[in-house]
Amino acid sequence: MTESKSSAAPLPANVSHPRPLSPHLSIYRWHITMALSIFHRATGVALIAGIVFFVGWIWSVAYCPEAVVHFQDFGASWLGKLFLIGWTFAFMLHFMNGIRHLFWDAVIGLEVAPAKRSGQIVAGGAIILTAFLWYLLLNK
Amino acid sequence: MSSKHSSLRAPLAKVRGLGSAKNGTHHWWMQRVTAVALIPLTLWLVYHVIALTFASAEGVQEWLKSPAQAILLALFLLVSCHHGKLGLQVIIEDYVHSHGRKYLVLLASSFGFAVLSAMSVLAIIKIHFA
Repeated sequence: MTESKSSAAPLPANVSHPRPLSPHLSIYRWHITMALSIFHRATGVALIAGIVFFVGWIWSVAYCPEAVVHFQDFGASWLGKLFLIGWTFAFMLHFMNGIRHLFWDAVIGLEVAPAKRSGQIVAGGAIILTAFLWYLLLNK
Repeated sequence: MSSKHSSLRAPLAKVRGLGSAKNGTHHWWMQRVTAVALIPLTLWLVYHVIALTFASAEGVQEWLKSPAQAILLALFLLVSCHHGKLGLQVIIEDYVHSHGRKYLVLLASSFGFAVLSAMSVLAIIKIHFA
């Protein structure tokens, strides 16, 4: 400790040891694999909010039927549709990426190329399935 | 038994139950079990659930008169809550560093999911028998 202090160049006041820093998130180019990894968490949290919304709705059907109109109004509004489409997309992504994780648990598709390809399928599939489901819902 | 050999226990028996949380892979395994259960449950329910968001109270009451639909909706919500609780627990453990606050948030999360589970079961029973 003392010898490194005497031999090295003077350090900034807030740095006590000349330790190398490992490169952090901001330094890396975004890959689909790491994007899907963090999106899996983010969509999981979004879906928990979705469960809270859904339980609130089913509770009002059971115990406060006159309040169900507010949920219907919410579903008819643009903001409501944005939320519902967002939850649908979060669900599709979490669902498909979760199945991808189950394949990995079975040691299938863990190499770089297959992991990249399955990631592209999951991301594209989530968009297509969300669009398809909402096409069905809005033309019912 | 020869005294040279300290133990006849298999290596698996030695490590079982000695994980950092004293329960080995239980958390990891339950996350997978609930995930697999949710594949058929959500495949079947996702369309109904989103479509029902637009439905009137009468429409939902009619739908939940069917025992199969009521049971599947209850299973969907209970398994989802369990899966969500396990997932959120890992996120809290990763991002909340202060020891005291971490256990406070973990407790709040557990209680919250317990309340959500109880509310959904009670609401489904009420609607089904109404």
